[in-house]
Amino acid sequence: MTPRQRLWLFTIAAAGLVACYLWAFAGLPGFGNYPGPYGQEILKHAIAQTNATGVVSAINFDYRGFDTVGEEFILFTAAAGMSVVLRKLRGEHEQRAKSPYDRDLPPTSDAIRVPTLALVGPVVLIGWWLASHAQTNPSGGFQGGVILATAFMLVYLSGEFLAFRRLSPVALLNGAEALGAGAFVAVGLAAVAQGLPYLDNFLPLGQVPGAVSSSGTIALISFFVGIEVAAAFTLIIGELLEQTLFSSGGKIPRNPPIRDPLASRESQGNV
Amino acid sequence: MIPNAAMDILQVTVLILVAAGATVVVRTRERTRLVLVLSGYGMLLAILFFAFQAPDVSLSELTVGAVALPLILLLAIAKVRKRPE
Repeated sequence: MTPRQRLWLFTIAAAGLVACYLWAFAGLPGFGNYPGPYGQEILKHAIAQTNATGVVSAINFDYRGFDTVGEEFILFTAAAGMSVVLRKLRGEHEQRAKSPYDRDLPPTSDAIRVPTLALVGPVVLIGWWLASHAQTNPSGGFQGGVILATAFMLVYLSGEFLAFRRLSPVALLNGAEALGAGAFVAVGLAAVAQGLPYLDNFLPLGQVPGAVSSSGTIALISFFVGIEVAAAFTLIIGELLEQTLFSSGGKIPRNPPIRDPLASRESQGNV
Repeated sequence: MIPNAAMDILQVTVLILVAAGATVVVRTRERTRLVLVLSGYGMLLAILFFAFQAPDVSLSELTVGAVALPLILLLAIAKVRKRPE
């Protein structure tokens, strides 16, 4: 088949697909039309039962807490898989630079260093606030954890890889990740130890709905999830960074020299 | 509060922008440029989710799609790039 015939065949098939798509689209119910009974029931009873105004987090960590345990272990497995895949193989040798200034790179410009270092504090604050306020506003452990990991990334981006590595040693990250995931499971088992169903909300619910100390196990679980996600992401990115900087490839590649388009061919040399 | 017509216009605009952004992502060829385009597309998706009244999902998409994913991709690209010997 020539390319033109293929193009015609595609056009005919695409026209049929677009027609069916638009027909299906026209038959959809309007935006915001909710047919099921479960959502309305939860909205009626969520604040009374859990004292949490962030109903999404209440569903994540209380009503559907069991699914969230599985999701946490997805991230845990991903970080563990990274560590396993990127371990030191037998033939590979690590080239540790003797000093951080041995690397063949220009120093980081001040335009990058100053904003990233200035942003580390506020980013940690925002991440911590998001992770610990799952019951009051649309946030939660996961989002706060990723933002906390971003704070470590900002330290690396400002050119201080050794500071980044010293702030987040691998042993500490492994421990923090295991602590976060294990504490989530342990909170559920603590409910079982009292004769309640797994992950039941057994802690005191607090007086004011939506206060920081309210909603029982939801705030606690969200805090541990935040720790675990932050540690997992920092671990993943730290592993990739070590692969890039320290593995057996040799020097860090530098950007190819920029060709001057107006220079003649002879004076450009071979690049 | 925001009148309904304004919300509708915002939602339609963001939907069109997301469709255009997806086309741009597919048509970008270079790897490093693609990573930055993906980061911008993640931010656009976060705005889309926010306009459709899902702030939790919007925060997740913002942190993962605009920050963590481009970082991981850039490090992987730096690892597999050919080194001038």
